[in-house]
Amino acid sequence: MPDPAQPSPQPISKDKDMASNNPNNPTSTPSRAATATATWQEVKPTRKVVVSEGLWLRCPACSALIYRKQMEANLHCCPECQHHYRVGATQRVEQLLDAGTFEPLFTNLRPTDPLNFRDLKSYKDRLRSEQAKSGQSDACKAGVGFIKGRPVMLAVLDLDFLMGSMGSVVGEIVTRAIEGAQDRGIPLLIVSGSGGARMQEAGLSLMQMAKTSAALHRFQSAGGLFISLLTDPTTGGVTASFAMLGDVILAEPKALVGFAGPRVIAQTIRQELPDGFQRSEYLLKAGMVDRVVPRKDLRNEIARLIDYSGR
Amino acid sequence: MSQYYVLEFEKPVTELEKQIEALDAELAATPPEAQAAIVRRIDDLRSAHQQTLKAVYSNLTAWETVRVARHPKRPQSRDYIEMICKDFVELAGDRRFGDDPAMVTGFARIGPHKVLIVGHQKGRNTTEKIACHFGCAHPEGYRKALLKMQLAAKFNVPIVTLVDTPGAYPGIGAEQRGQAEAIAVNLREMTGLRVPIISVVIGEGGSGGALGIAVANRVAMLSNAWYSVISPEGCAAILWKAANEQTNTAAATALKLTAADNLRLGIVDAVIAEPLGGAHRDPNATARALEQWIIAQVADLKRLDGQRLVDDRYARFRKLGAFAEQADTQTPLA
Ligand SMILES: [Zn+2]
Repeated sequence: MPDPAQPSPQPISKDKDMASNNPNNPTSTPSRAATATATWQEVKPTRKVVVSEGLWLRCPACSALIYRKQMEANLHCCPECQHHYRVGATQRVEQLLDAGTFEPLFTNLRPTDPLNFRDLKSYKDRLRSEQAKSGQSDACKAGVGFIKGRPVMLAVLDLDFLMGSMGSVVGEIVTRAIEGAQDRGIPLLIVSGSGGARMQEAGLSLMQMAKTSAALHRFQSAGGLFISLLTDPTTGGVTASFAMLGDVILAEPKALVGFAGPRVIAQTIRQELPDGFQRSEYLLKAGMVDRVVPRKDLRNEIARLIDYSGR
Repeated sequence: MSQYYVLEFEKPVTELEKQIEALDAELAATPPEAQAAIVRRIDDLRSAHQQTLKAVYSNLTAWETVRVARHPKRPQSRDYIEMICKDFVELAGDRRFGDDPAMVTGFARIGPHKVLIVGHQKGRNTTEKIACHFGCAHPEGYRKALLKMQLAAKFNVPIVTLVDTPGAYPGIGAEQRGQAEAIAVNLREMTGLRVPIISVVIGEGGSGGALGIAVANRVAMLSNAWYSVISPEGCAAILWKAANEQTNTAAATALKLTAADNLRLGIVDAVIAEPLGGAHRDPNATARALEQWIIAQVADLKRLDGQRLVDDRYARFRKLGAFAEQADTQTPLA
């Protein structure tokens, strides 16, 4: 079974046994669980995005020792093997838009705890600690900006906040971004990276799938261009709503993209999954995405697609 | 009724049902002049049975409700089609890959209305269950549903969907053929259909697989159905790190997945009451209640033109979600 997590490089000071980094402790789950949409914890990596200590890192994909600055200058890809590490929403916005052009929108939305949800920890506490850790109020950043001089409405899901899971705030920001693109008559770019629906908002989280898809119906029927960029990982309710509804769907290399998580599938069918299953290149062959685009080419490719849309 | 699969919390009820059956048999074998005493005992047992049934069913926990929703004798889409519909013309296939038996589609008449029925089917016997993947549809099932719904829209025929799935099927073929895309396209395209769409969660409403045929103008749940983003076991396994009786109970409660909860959250518009003791105790009475609600909704929605129906459906889903909107963005988080 492939490891659904695409680890970020490890500070070598903390480098231990790479093989033990699999975050998906294969607990025994009843077959019933197998039918559920994958949610964020299933693909949650153990280690965090690179923190400040350590100038040198070890690439978890090729094991090369890499210089942090060089990795960052390379858009958070390994300079040796071009492995694409996960990036947070703030970095993603910086990487995609013309410098200094981002105008954030819908920043006043805050999550609540409509169900008063408590598992081993309360949702309120989870929100507080995620907010403290990330400095973000929820898992989506949106706004307008320019890509090579072309105006776009951009929404980016943030894997650094509850694994980019979609609750009411994410659903509302994505919906407003779609509506905003329609009002302004500009193309829409959504960068997905998400474990799926947010369980702690249960049914209301599920409804965000319908809400965002409905907004896309209006936008796309009115002639709007929606480019969907899939990054590692995009699963569950996000994939089964706006992420797969792009007029053009791009995916970063080797991104895990699927409806159900690989662990859930492996448990259901009780057999080994094929090599590269649910990775971008596999989806390309299956006809599910238009292009697999390396990070360094995204701005060019997106700009070119926008030009073809006649806007 | 003793052939019923027995849920743990139903045992006091089924115990009485067994005793009544035994006495009924005794009565049949007893000469008329000696029957009075037995009849009295049966009457007593019957009233005790009603009381126990009421006591058990008025206090179901969320997890127990899920168990009722999954009762093997609970009526399924095809059962309701037989009990409610006239002149059912089943339509098969997605014209792309195959025909998914987990998704039943076809034209039918309900009361005075011509409708298109779309419903998940779990399967009533082992063979059917396996063919239907226990109600877990594949992409071809969702595409078949959409194709038939578009056909109905073309001829201005209202659409009635019956939701009953633990979730869309998670498998290699399903992923390869675009399970996520199939569901997403249904969510988007159902938004634009210019005919009334009415959905009822009749058993299990598991996640995107349920929503994939439930973007409707009016959504109802049978009173013992559940509807949420994940099953209690799935949720327990992830958030409680183990799925067992205790964590499943906790997860089911936390998910607010019952009909009453979903009504309160605005996720459904109505709850259709099942007979005392659940749909499996009286499928016919359940079917009548379901039929009545559907007929009323179709009649009501038929008065709206295509654009009004689309706008009504959009507004219904647009407002769903719970968040705080702060006047000034400098306010601290949370
Ligand atoms: Zn590398």
